[in-house]
Amino acid sequence: MIELLVVAAGGGVGAAARFMVDGEIRARHSGGFPWGTFVVNVVGSFLIGVLATLTFALVERGAPEDVASVLLLALTVGLCGGFTTFSTATMESVRLAQSGRLRLALANSLGTLAVTVTAAGLGMAVGGLFG
Amino acid sequence: MTRAPHRDWRYIGLVALGGAGGSAARHLVSGWSTAPLNLVSVTPGGAVPVLLLFPVGTFVVNLVGAFALGYLLEALSRRGRETVRRRKIRLGIGTGVLGGFTTYSALALETQHLLTQGAAGLALLYVVLTLVGGTTACLGGIAIAARADRHREQRSRP
Repeated sequence: MIELLVVAAGGGVGAAARFMVDGEIRARHSGGFPWGTFVVNVVGSFLIGVLATLTFALVERGAPEDVASVLLLALTVGLCGGFTTFSTATMESVRLAQSGRLRLALANSLGTLAVTVTAAGLGMAVGGLFG
Repeated sequence: MTRAPHRDWRYIGLVALGGAGGSAARHLVSGWSTAPLNLVSVTPGGAVPVLLLFPVGTFVVNLVGAFALGYLLEALSRRGRETVRRRKIRLGIGTGVLGGFTTYSALALETQHLLTQGAAGLALLYVVLTLVGGTTACLGGIAIAARADRHREQRSRP
């Protein structure tokens, strides 16, 4: 039960942050490429790499495993999971393709994937520096 | 001048509430969809088959969420102008629940994990299935909402 609560709390904060960040970016870049969702997904993927690595480092340094696992759930599954979104990214690509902008749609789908996976790797490396 | 929704605390609260529910649901569904695999992996007999590394949980929630968002946004856009009620549904259920239910960070981290484990083939399979499956599911949701809307219009004609 505590697991579900911390995931929900992290996810709520993450989703609200995504809504605000996406809205601010959207207000500055109207039309064309969905930069808001792209930025949110890249930043969230970098963060999950950092946070997951740091939490595992905590356990190695002797932090209690139950505390670490609650922390991991709140920050990675909750916060980063709620902050990033696959459904909106997919929907935006589909809408771009439907409006005839197939190249932008492909660039969004493949670009988001490539950059987020790279960002997660970078995050793991950065987390390793501090862990 | 009314505040933009993403600066209006009532809408932000709605998205947070939806995101909390969606994230909790993701955690549950993701656990359930991985459970059968965990049963297999604890059976005696040595090494874990490489296919068990496939992140089934994230894969399932992302496809289901993409389908549902396609359905929801298509259904809403076919009802016409966005009223306050429709905006609440779009932001609460779409941006909040379904945005929180699906995740890109886990997809990225799991792919990176597979790559560092030397399972590049499985990583490729995972991302291709997720992107192709997610897009197909989203299109499916859109098509079903469009069909339902046409039926609704036919029924409403005298």
